[in-house]
Amino acid sequence: MEQKEGSMDKENRAFEPKIIAFLCNWCTYAGADLAGVSRIQYPSNIRIIRLMCSGALDPTYVIKSLLEGADGVLIGGCHPGDCHYISGNFKARRRVAVLKTSLKEAGLEPERVWLRWISASEGAYFAKTVEEMVLHLKRLGPNPLNSMWAI
Amino acid sequence: MIKSARLNSVGVFVCHCGINIASTVDIEEVKRQLAGYPGVEFVKDYQYMCSEPGQLLFKEACRSETVGGVVVASCSPRLHETTFRRAAAEAGMNPYRVEIANIREQCSWVHHDEKEKATIKAVDIIKSVIERSKRNESLSSVSIKTVKKVLVVGAGISGMQAALNIANSGIETYLLDREPSIGGRMAQLSETFPTLDCSQCILTPRMVEVGQNKRITLMTYSEVEEVSGYVGNFKVKVRRKAAYVDWDKCTGCGLCSEKCPKKVPSEFDRSLGRRKAIYSQFPQAVPNKTVIDRESCLYFKTGKCRLCVEACPLGAIDFEQEDRIEEIEVGAIVVATGYDLYEKEKIEEYRIGYCEDVIDGLAFERLLSSSGPTQGRVLRPSDGTVPKEVVFIQCVGSRDPDHHLPYCSRICCMYTAKHAMLYKHRVPDGQPYVFYMDIRSGGKNYEEFVQRTIEEERVLYIRGRVARLYRDGKKVVVVGADTISGKKIEIRADMVVLAMAMRPSGGIGELSKKLKIQVDQNGFLSEAHPKLRPVETLTRGVFLAGCAQAPKDITDTVSQAGAAASMVLELLSNEELTHSPTTAWVDEELCAGCGQCVAQCAYGAIELDTRRKKAHVNDILCQGCGACVAACPSAAVNQRNFSISQYYSMIESIV
Repeated sequence: MEQKEGSMDKENRAFEPKIIAFLCNWCTYAGADLAGVSRIQYPSNIRIIRLMCSGALDPTYVIKSLLEGADGVLIGGCHPGDCHYISGNFKARRRVAVLKTSLKEAGLEPERVWLRWISASEGAYFAKTVEEMVLHLKRLGPNPLNSMWAI
Repeated sequence: MIKSARLNSVGVFVCHCGINIASTVDIEEVKRQLAGYPGVEFVKDYQYMCSEPGQLLFKEACRSETVGGVVVASCSPRLHETTFRRAAAEAGMNPYRVEIANIREQCSWVHHDEKEKATIKAVDIIKSVIERSKRNESLSSVSIKTVKKVLVVGAGISGMQAALNIANSGIETYLLDREPSIGGRMAQLSETFPTLDCSQCILTPRMVEVGQNKRITLMTYSEVEEVSGYVGNFKVKVRRKAAYVDWDKCTGCGLCSEKCPKKVPSEFDRSLGRRKAIYSQFPQAVPNKTVIDRESCLYFKTGKCRLCVEACPLGAIDFEQEDRIEEIEVGAIVVATGYDLYEKEKIEEYRIGYCEDVIDGLAFERLLSSSGPTQGRVLRPSDGTVPKEVVFIQCVGSRDPDHHLPYCSRICCMYTAKHAMLYKHRVPDGQPYVFYMDIRSGGKNYEEFVQRTIEEERVLYIRGRVARLYRDGKKVVVVGADTISGKKIEIRADMVVLAMAMRPSGGIGELSKKLKIQVDQNGFLSEAHPKLRPVETLTRGVFLAGCAQAPKDITDTVSQAGAAASMVLELLSNEELTHSPTTAWVDEELCAGCGQCVAQCAYGAIELDTRRKKAHVNDILCQGCGACVAACPSAAVNQRNFSISQYYSMIESIV
């Protein structure tokens, strides 16, 4: 038993999760840029797709990412009250809340989907978020859909 | 002309950015990986793409017509997207076919120690942008012709200043106010801090200047009825209220008011004086015209009287007059609707002491004003005697989040000092007391002014709040605490002046809805950004000035009005306004007319044709956020160059 757990651990340590990030142009994307300008190092597991606003996040983008095999999805928007488009981040919050419930219903782990408010000045927080998410996903293991398709 | 077969082929440039990218990302490997990628026509690299030779290389590719789009893998699009798009336009390629892949800020700079992985990531990033680029449409900016006219709502000092600045720059300006005259609150003031300039003496020449300016059309005694359109092309319906006097004939001679038998409390004098039912707002009114107050007029009440008709030598009285709706077209709107005072009736703990001798700050201004009801003598409203003990209470309703308003009204510290000083000038043997919480006298020469009041004028400042007021004979007893000595204080005052909190003027909520602009938690109009865009609103073409935005003094109001005017001029200096074409659009074949998108749009840019059951996006109002795209249950709404299929293909390319 112990041995088995030990081997799982090893396996997971080797496993590099793939994260797709949907970041709003005005806050989180700029925050990610700031992390770069400040040369803050973070894991390279993340692939960023720029949205104009987190409110533009169609939940199917998240579902598609997971179905295609991404291990996690990060959604980044402006802090509440700071949305460039008045209220887009609140729309994102609602959509993600509903989406997580549906994912659960469909047997997928909702904790693969993270929504974070990261401002243009929070480069360090962005890097930290990626680090934390990578760790969390390593613990969670690969997206089960990956092995399900491979019949 | 680019052949359509080529439209979804792209050329890729990979920038070394010196060693910034190249020392982490293996450029040769990236080129190898991308060489055979579907749709990629060529992959080239260069030391610095943003340099002059780099740009030449880029332009050459744009001109060559072998590719439909170009992807530049370099720094963040926030840095050089505009640079490359402009270069593309110069070379004859549609700028919206140029995309930037961010492999510096979001790759090479953050993965120094993972060179191999960084290279793989860079390839992924570029692939996803290639996918997006292949599906880009050629777009051109939407141009809107601007109407070179401006509407200023509110004709107080801020509205007047903005109107003058705009009109003197050669632009036709409508200046609207709901009162019969321009001038606003400043016309009611006696003298102004910290210089003690007589308010009327500095204001009335400005009013005349406004009245005589050929490019300013006064629309007083009017209200905004309806606003439609958008930046550059607003259509505003203005309700011109019936004055029951033909203003084309009226010269403001005042014979009608003299003959009018009906007297009512004057709003302008804060009920300390009286006016007639037919009246001119104040002696220096611009325009100097009279209006009939329908509620008080005997003719309207009883059908008899008509003394004004007999008195008017010009036959200007017209009882048949009705409100008129006038429609104007303007390119920009400045909102300068000013303030009201918080109602003193709302202060429960003082109410028992209320009588004629407990007045608000504006009423005290009228007592001090030489054109006021007492010709500038400080007299008790109840019996006309000179008050010997006067208590001024600051922060009444302000800075009290539990019971009243949470914010500081900013001007009360200064005007209370002024009130106490002017009272001392008028009544040298009188004793003024000031109850204060803190003295906030930030401003040029403000602190010195307050110090002068305390030290030279011997005004007694007591730090503490007043707990209650009650009446004792002819006196008002003020019960408070001195928090410095810790003693309870009772003053038997002849008169009490309350520095009431400042509030946005009545009706601001309705007006903000008509203009589609926001109000903050205290009802003041919201600026687009508290620091960098303080006079703009989130609705393009609508600007703010004066106390409608937040409490402020005359100096700041005038400065802000000038700033609003300059923003208007900047906007209207263009013959045409350009608007980003990356807007949303509705595929009518798919649209079921459910209206979800309409509810999602924060800008009111989507309309639902209820008869055809189809939604339609107004390109000018659309800000391109994409909220409607995400909301549409049948994927009928898409955003140009940010389409759902583009996102899907990007996801596919990187997972």
